[in-house]
Amino acid sequence: MATIELENIVKRFGSATVVHGLDLAIADGEFVALVGPSGCGKSTTLRMIAGLEDVSAGTLRIGGVVVNHHEPKRRNVAMVFQNYAIYPHLTVRENIAFGLYTSGLPKEKKAARVDEAARILGLEDLLERRPAALSGGQRQRVAIGRAMVRNPSAFLFDEPLSNLDAQLRNQMRIEIKRLHQRIGATTVYVTHDQVEAMTMADRIVVMRDGRILQIGSPSDLYDAPADVFTARFIGTPAMNLLPARHAGEAIAVDGATGTIPAPPFTRGSERLLVGVRPQDMRVASDEDAQGALTLTGTVTAVEPLGPETHVHLDTAGGPVIALAEGRGAPAVGAPATAFARLETLHFFDAQTERALSGRAGADGARRT
Amino acid sequence: MSARTDILDAPAGPRPLRPGRIVAWTLLLIGGVVMVTPLLFMFSTSLKTAGQVYDLRLIPANPTLANYVEVLSDGRFLRWFVNSTIVAVAVTLSNLFFDSLVGYTLAKFRFRGRMIVFIAILSTLMIPTEMLVIPWYLMASQLGWLDTYWGIMFPGMMTAFGTFLMKQFFEGVPDDFLEAARIDGLNEFQIWWKVAMPLVTPALSALAIFTFLGNWTAFFWPLISVTSRELYTLPVGLSSFAVEQSIQWEMIMTGAALATIPTLLVFIALQRYIVRGVMLAGLKG
Ligand SMILES: Nc1ncnc2c1ncn2[C@@H]1O[C@H](COP(=O)(O)OP(=O)(O)O)[C@@H](O)[C@H]1O
Ligand SMILES: [Mg+2]
Repeated sequence: MATIELENIVKRFGSATVVHGLDLAIADGEFVALVGPSGCGKSTTLRMIAGLEDVSAGTLRIGGVVVNHHEPKRRNVAMVFQNYAIYPHLTVRENIAFGLYTSGLPKEKKAARVDEAARILGLEDLLERRPAALSGGQRQRVAIGRAMVRNPSAFLFDEPLSNLDAQLRNQMRIEIKRLHQRIGATTVYVTHDQVEAMTMADRIVVMRDGRILQIGSPSDLYDAPADVFTARFIGTPAMNLLPARHAGEAIAVDGATGTIPAPPFTRGSERLLVGVRPQDMRVASDEDAQGALTLTGTVTAVEPLGPETHVHLDTAGGPVIALAEGRGAPAVGAPATAFARLETLHFFDAQTERALSGRAGADGARRT
Repeated sequence: MSARTDILDAPAGPRPLRPGRIVAWTLLLIGGVVMVTPLLFMFSTSLKTAGQVYDLRLIPANPTLANYVEVLSDGRFLRWFVNSTIVAVAVTLSNLFFDSLVGYTLAKFRFRGRMIVFIAILSTLMIPTEMLVIPWYLMASQLGWLDTYWGIMFPGMMTAFGTFLMKQFFEGVPDDFLEAARIDGLNEFQIWWKVAMPLVTPALSALAIFTFLGNWTAFFWPLISVTSRELYTLPVGLSSFAVEQSIQWEMIMTGAALATIPTLLVFIALQRYIVRGVMLAGLKG
């Protein structure tokens, strides 16, 4: 178990800088997810922590010790790869025991550790098989077992579930989470899938182009995204964003009927983006329109999901997704109106794309 | 209907002969006959007496194993057989080790001058053996290697072809496999030996077969570098049968027939690794 601290970490490949000075402190036993689109430097960051890539500049500490120049072995971290990296020429038992290859433990101790890992991961009956005879989920479990037997100070995962089908992915997600709760080891988990990050992590680090955009708990990121990118990246379906501008004391949102009150912190920005999550946007008849953002548009698609229905609207401000209760969805091609309460709105500067305040809408609503 | 029933419903018996198929079979047949006939004559002649050698019947009139008894009881033949075995096995093991060590380094490490080294190695492939024999000879004579086992073996202890072959195969080994071992604390040599090498067994088997065959049948260099009869390899020794006593074809053919046995054994022993390797390769990714 150990803390991991990144201080102004930079990575260059030749003349290209792919990681631009990351600062991140991971607490002992914490589960941190690095998320971001492909190519944003997540794997590179993880590989620097593991010692597979040199750190070009900055300080990396594991358990308080500067490890910039330590071999992977001395860092005592374990890593699970997207392609499992379990060896086809070895049995499951041999693969798991491979984690202890240089441990110098006596044979019986090694066997005991392998057996324990196999028991925790439900691999007892497969120990003598070769990887070719395993399913994807079982292979990934072997890879996790191999990481576990070493009692590492930290677990590093690089997109471990991306090769699995959706159902298995959900199941393994829960298993890894449970494993973390059981072992309590510091974990850094790289994924491009925000659902994985949201459901598993204590804290999420959102990255783009080699920089950290925001660090926070899943609910922090969901409730108070720091910028447009995070706002759209976290949550499904993605947050609706509508261009808006000041109109006297109020804000006129494209596609909305009427105006909404302007919160004071929006004054500095000329052009705005108003964000509203589909979950906060209801398609309804106009009973409850009082003091709400009201959007009108034409229905372009309807996706019934059972408990609720996603309604895609084409508005003057752009496409918008709203929810309709149960079976009360309008027909495709019909006009529809959707409402969002003011305290659910997010405000961004259209130029910088930065959020203008956390739960900005709440202040605005109180002022009205 | 499902594919399964289609197969069950298909008429039994041979598939219809189309013209393309007939041509293909004919060519294969000709090729097979051309390749197998000399072998058959070799075995056939080895079962004949000296007087029958020029009687070209494939099945000898009175087949006899006398030639085998004579060859095997001749101490020289056994000596040459052992010499050939020592040379071929040592050179093969050396190639398996060094070709793959260098091939792995070229495939998996980035270092200054990597391409130059690789091109230098490849360029030696373009120099014919005949051009190298004189420098080899001069070198061996100056270093006192002539007329020794080492003198026979040293030119082939590593080959450019083997290095190239192994490099290509190691490039197919995913980096994840090596990095996982690196994180587990193995040193680079252990990673090569415990992880990378087992993953390229098909290439190693192929290289072993080529190298063994090539050295088992090598004639030119062993003939030049060795003068004492005790150090002859089998091909050199067998050819001396032809030079010294007027040509004894039945003896040469008997020796040659015996000489094919180790190559067959090597092939039979290693071919299953090639098949298994192909199966393992299917697992990658
Ligand atoms: N060995 C390398 N040499 C040069 N560029 C690299 C290397 N590895 C990664 N990169 C570049 O660094 C950037 C970040 O890559 P990576 O960390 O793999 O992204 P992610 O894991 O977030 O998808 C990419 O633009 C990639 O092309
Ligand atoms: Mg990646």
